[in-house]
Amino acid sequence: MSLWHKHAIFEKNSIVLVIGVLIVIAIGGLVEITPLFYLKSTIEKVDGVRPYTPLELAGRNIYVREGCYNCHSQMIRPLRDEVERYGHYSLAAESMYDRPFQWGSKRTGPDLARVGGKYSDDWHRDHLRAPKSVVPGTVMPAYPWLEATDLDFAHIDDDMKVNAALGVPYTPDMIALASADVKTQSTSDAPDAGAFAKRYPRSQSRDYDGNAARITEADALIAYLQVLGTLIDFKLYNDKANIR
Amino acid sequence: MAIAIAPKSMTFGEGSTAFAFAALAFLCVVIGAKAYTPEYAFHAYLFSIGSVAAVFAILNRYFERSNDTTPLLVDGKPNYNMGPVKFATVMAMFWGIAGFTVGLYAALELAFPVLNFDLPWISFGRIRPLHTSAVIFAFGGNVLIGTSFYVVQRTCRARLAGDISPWFVVLGYNFFIVIAGTGYLLGITQSKEYAEPEWYADLWLTVVWVTYLLVYLGTLMRRTEPHIYVANWFYLAFILTIAVLHLGNNAAIPVSIFSSKSYIVWSGVQDAMVQWWYGHNAVGFFLTAGFLAIMYYFIPKRAERPVYSYRLSIIHFWALIFLYIWAGPHHLHYTALPDWAQTLGMTFSVILWMPSWGGMINGLMTLSGAWDKLRTDPVLRMMVVSVAVYAMTTIEGPMMSVKSVNSLSHYTDWTIGHVHSGALGWVGYVSFGAIYCLVPWLWNRPLYSLKLVNWHFWISTIGIVLYITAMWVSGILQGLMWRAYTSLGFLEYSFIETVEAMHPFYVIRAMGGALFLAGALLMVWNLWQTVNAKQVEPAAVPALVPAE
Repeated sequence: MSLWHKHAIFEKNSIVLVIGVLIVIAIGGLVEITPLFYLKSTIEKVDGVRPYTPLELAGRNIYVREGCYNCHSQMIRPLRDEVERYGHYSLAAESMYDRPFQWGSKRTGPDLARVGGKYSDDWHRDHLRAPKSVVPGTVMPAYPWLEATDLDFAHIDDDMKVNAALGVPYTPDMIALASADVKTQSTSDAPDAGAFAKRYPRSQSRDYDGNAARITEADALIAYLQVLGTLIDFKLYNDKANIR
Repeated sequence: MAIAIAPKSMTFGEGSTAFAFAALAFLCVVIGAKAYTPEYAFHAYLFSIGSVAAVFAILNRYFERSNDTTPLLVDGKPNYNMGPVKFATVMAMFWGIAGFTVGLYAALELAFPVLNFDLPWISFGRIRPLHTSAVIFAFGGNVLIGTSFYVVQRTCRARLAGDISPWFVVLGYNFFIVIAGTGYLLGITQSKEYAEPEWYADLWLTVVWVTYLLVYLGTLMRRTEPHIYVANWFYLAFILTIAVLHLGNNAAIPVSIFSSKSYIVWSGVQDAMVQWWYGHNAVGFFLTAGFLAIMYYFIPKRAERPVYSYRLSIIHFWALIFLYIWAGPHHLHYTALPDWAQTLGMTFSVILWMPSWGGMINGLMTLSGAWDKLRTDPVLRMMVVSVAVYAMTTIEGPMMSVKSVNSLSHYTDWTIGHVHSGALGWVGYVSFGAIYCLVPWLWNRPLYSLKLVNWHFWISTIGIVLYITAMWVSGILQGLMWRAYTSLGFLEYSFIETVEAMHPFYVIRAMGGALFLAGALLMVWNLWQTVNAKQVEPAAVPALVPAE
């Protein structure tokens, strides 16, 4: 009996066919995905990466809501031109608290993995309000509603609780103070800025959108953009220690 | 005069489905009332309205129907259930036009950003997922569900399993599309490419999809043919794998049942790998395996020739589904994903070229002895060209998955061009061909005009050529500009200069998209006339032309 005839078992029994398909499609995924959870080399050991502050997290959620990943990547590849254009190539550790990851797949606009600190808050505010006012040739849409909409952070502590449950190291203290921290971080010269900075090292507190009277979505989004790629001090980072 | 009536009783399916929908309607009213955001409340109320409509439809159907259950056979022939197939076919054309139109608008926004009009719900970041979901999941999904329900019945010579469930699948799936699409416009998204719908839409889709699998399997088990036909292997692999991928990639914890927001359980590099395991196999199983099933049924049927090689189809099937799953990491070349995973992804992507072309050969060679029909039958021509474009796309894909090529092509429009040659030329054309076959068969009327099909074919072919050539040039141009250095060793171009250089190609791309849409509009008119016109163009007897 030729081997070809043996295939009849799949053609005559739908459940055998189902089991066959499930086994065959499981192999590739299992081999490629599961090691990423236990191989220690997957995520580099590096100092400085911390969870997002409540304001940055709220800003990230606006980044997610507006679909910024459709045009902006957050993943600098270790290629000469990219490193010179955007800065040190991205590490896996830098997005280890990102849910979802926002590495992106298309650069209609530039990479944003290290946009933090490259432009002033005012530049970002103007750029979001009317991109052509600062970059005449741009094709980016304007986002004038961000600075006109109050940030909804009534439930930001719930967001942090879910993240904590998934393994992000938010302490009970951080969760309890979430709302207060949003206000602190979006205010220039806030009295609690010192204690806040202790909870979130390398964080910056100031009125991001130039409107001290309100905490807007622009405050949150600019706070998020300004922290991107700034948490690791690459002067102290040893590339060779993490060669994989 | 009293007439004795046999007692009519509600089936378990009718009763339990109606009860489940009533409970869902109530739950959604509560959620709507306490929702954190008005956008989420809107969706909750949509679910309520849909559930109430479902309860009404089930009860109404119960009171209208006769006492007997539907017979499986009529006069010894299978009593096929074509209602859901017709519905899915109509919805496929509806969403097709909607998806192509939104795609054209998104293309125009890139060429002329003023078209964003500073409005949140039509800004590019929100309508690009609307376009991709509308064409892949709404158009493609309805084509797949419709044709699979048709093919499985015909090749098994059995009525579709289930009574309410086939209708639940088609209606529930289209309801999912409405929730997903309106969600994007309102800013409800997970921002995971091709998996943007939020947790509650994903849960709903899971219920619909499991029902789809059960209906499909139930029909296979009912078959009166000894063998399961090859098209059904591909449909089954598509349904099963999409279920696995959907559950894996969308594993998320909602912030609250009153919030549309959720967080994915995977993070960073692992989320990236899971996402592209999903993303590439949405291509592999939704846009390839499912449409290969269409190829394996509709091309032999239309050409009136048997499938070229039975053995090749066995190899094609198992090799394709085994290899595709590995290819995901080629979307993550040179990223923070470990190198071993990237190399695996690249290797399997290159090997994948083999089963892809094996299947292509099986499809094309089915035309053996019937090649002359390409001259006279534009519907068959459309399907054959789709297989040819599939061949072109599946050699371009492995090439782009080689790391050195990918370092140039990644992040540029080259990827967009590659996707669209597959989407417009392969998925689009094989779907159009299948629908041109299906509508006359379902409504039992001859196709209104083959001449219009011919126009559709040529207009949209010119559109596809404009689209993909524009994207090749813009993608390679931008990739080269990004890495260009001056003789002094400085980067030659600022980023914005590379954006400005794209403008002419974005305009050409939009023209290509407009032509593709125009062709599809001709198709809708043709199908409308097929179903509704009183006067039908007399079937033209093709003039005999001697072979050269």
